Amino acid sequence: MKQFLSRITFWKATAGLFLLGGLVTTVIRFGWGLGASTNLTDETPWGLWIGFDVVTGVGLAAGGFTLAGIVHVFHIKRFEPVVRPAILTAFLGYCLVIVGLLFDLGRPWSIWHALIYQNPHSVLFEVAMCVMIYTSVLALEFSPVVLERFRLQKALKVIKYVTPVLIILGILLSMLHQSSLGSLYLIVPQKMHPYWYSPMLPVFFFISAVAVGLGMTVVESYLSARAFQKTLETPLLRDLSKMMIGVLLVYFTMRGIDLVRRDALGFLFDGSFETMMLYLEVSLMLIIPLILFNLRNWGRSRQGMFFSAFSVVLGFMTNRLNVTMTSLEAYYRENFGVSYFPGIGELMVTISIVTLGFVLFGLAVKYLPIFPDHEEETVLRLDTKPENSGPHAMHARPVPGLNRH
Amino acid sequence: MPHAILVDLTECVGCGACTTACQQVHQFPEVENPTMDAQNFTTLRAIETEDGEVYARQMCQHCQDPACASACLVGALEKTRDGAVTWAANKCIGCRYCMVACPFDIPKYEWASNNPKVRKCTMCYMERQLTTDLKVDAEGYVLDRSGERYDIDGHNVKAEDRDMIIELTTNADGKRASACSVACPMNSTMFGDRAALIGEAQRRIKDNPDTYVQKIYGLKEVGGTSVFYLSSVPFEDLGFYTNVGTENLPDHTWRVLEKIPDIVVTAGVALGAVYWITNRREEVRKFEQDVKNQRSQKKA
Ligand code: SF4
Ligand code: SF4
Ligand code: SF4
Repeated sequence: MKQFLSRITFWKATAGLFLLGGLVTTVIRFGWGLGASTNLTDETPWGLWIGFDVVTGVGLAAGGFTLAGIVHVFHIKRFEPVVRPAILTAFLGYCLVIVGLLFDLGRPWSIWHALIYQNPHSVLFEVAMCVMIYTSVLALEFSPVVLERFRLQKALKVIKYVTPVLIILGILLSMLHQSSLGSLYLIVPQKMHPYWYSPMLPVFFFISAVAVGLGMTVVESYLSARAFQKTLETPLLRDLSKMMIGVLLVYFTMRGIDLVRRDALGFLFDGSFETMMLYLEVSLMLIIPLILFNLRNWGRSRQGMFFSAFSVVLGFMTNRLNVTMTSLEAYYRENFGVSYFPGIGELMVTISIVTLGFVLFGLAVKYLPIFPDHEEETVLRLDTKPENSGPHAMHARPVPGLNRH
Repeated sequence: MPHAILVDLTECVGCGACTTACQQVHQFPEVENPTMDAQNFTTLRAIETEDGEVYARQMCQHCQDPACASACLVGALEKTRDGAVTWAANKCIGCRYCMVACPFDIPKYEWASNNPKVRKCTMCYMERQLTTDLKVDAEGYVLDRSGERYDIDGHNVKAEDRDMIIELTTNADGKRASACSVACPMNSTMFGDRAALIGEAQRRIKDNPDTYVQKIYGLKEVGGTSVFYLSSVPFEDLGFYTNVGTENLPDHTWRVLEKIPDIVVTAGVALGAVYWITNRREEVRKFEQDVKNQRSQKKA
């Protein structure tokens, strides 16, 4: 118990420290501008806040549309229990992406200009539009959770009625902007390292987003199971992991072929920084998960699945940071003799945003019917009179999606 | 009539009149040998070559199909009919995608400001339109034809500065031209009609094959630009961006963007179909289950 307590306080203290650092940087950022708070320069105009908070963040939130699609479009109902946490992650993720964007934009108060001065030739315009609409769609997809909590039956009915349309709209919007984050870089073929520049970037971005969406779902299910004593069936996690591995195999096969076709394999043994980063990316995103997944007792255990999914998440982050930052390093070096590494303030803000994400997720799980067993608890507490609170009450609980007898 | 600038590096003596004129016309602090930043839109780099010292001028290329303008989500950057690529302060949100996208790394940012602007050479576009007949408001600011304050890259023009700006952008023939070309004592930087300047450049390299390398830098680069350079040494040796290709860079992204309507329709229909089929299957299954249940109940 004592050990447990000290662990909690350790993490809390660390989180507090980061949040404090983030706060200080926030003051500097909005008081004195980007120059004072970041390592960004004329030579390196985009850094960690775009590379991680926006480009990586949107990818990590891809579980929302992936799981919603599996369950509500393909009607594979056994994944129903993970849809809510996935949509919650997505919704929080997108909100935090917008927070990150407000830090990075030089003139954050004019963010709404994208609505009125539209440039349809700009990839960024498309991303902005999709992210904005999709965040609203996610809010609606998530709203049943809140409506249920406050038992607003009428609104619930309306939402349930339009859900299929919302889900399909959400998937279309996600396809567009997940891939477009890759398209952003299509305009700089001459600046990027051949490992990461490819005309296929949009396709790669989309497929890897699907994989990491599944991975994130496994990770957060496992973590919340530990933190909140919610249980999710192991076979379910294993099926998600299987799908994730399948998508990853497709992804890396395509990338391999693409590298060969563009003659980019010649660099593989040059020992350069870029090569090391590519190795790191492939190990984390493909090799380690594959090994873990195929080990006899690991692959079937919850820990094994967690660690392989977690490795994919880390690998995915490496990939996005490689595309947005590593791939430009050689260009910076040759043309300006500079190199970009995020400043302490940038790191603090990013870590704070991630911490905020964890905290909000935790609060939501605690107070809203996110995980199935929690839902049961609430239903039991709110709906059931003491006399029929037996196993019978559990069966009487309306199962979402199965209530049309 | 689209304008352009032709810089003949063989004529340049490295006096720095262009960089100074550029600072003056924008009312920036005067610095010698500037590097490209938010207050210096053009630079001169002295480079030792076999032909002696060569001064490599750099400024915005005013691309025919500018990557910066295609990247900007709010359309703040714009290729005007004049040939100049301009920036609108009232639109920009500060995403800096233009800086990433520009193949020549031209746009610069006011990093120290809390209301930062993207700054780059605008071929003196607004300066060249400034005239003496424009009205002045009570506070002494020049007004444009629509009655708004005359805006040059987010700065209003005071009446007392107007004559200076007009003088700096009027050449010996009384025509309006970029400040750098007006200031150039050697006529190394020339401002004029794009087609005429291309003709002049072609004539020069053809008539003097011993003097010039047979290339007009800026003619083919990124699908064509409005700023051309002639040189006696290969442009690679002068640190020019020679690997930018000859393709319009915005095409790379447009090729993907133009497919979006098709993707949306196809994927939308496909997803709708999958939804309908799987939903139907579920309903049928449930119905059969119900029928079975009823039968077994009846039997019992
Ligand atoms: S050189 Fe760069 S800033 Fe100038 S027009 Fe071309 S893309 Fe835009
Ligand atoms: S920084 Fe301003 S001008 Fe540049 S792309 Fe963004 S909105 Fe457009
Ligand atoms: S055209 Fe005008 S803005 Fe551009 S470098 Fe010359 S003086 Fe400066």
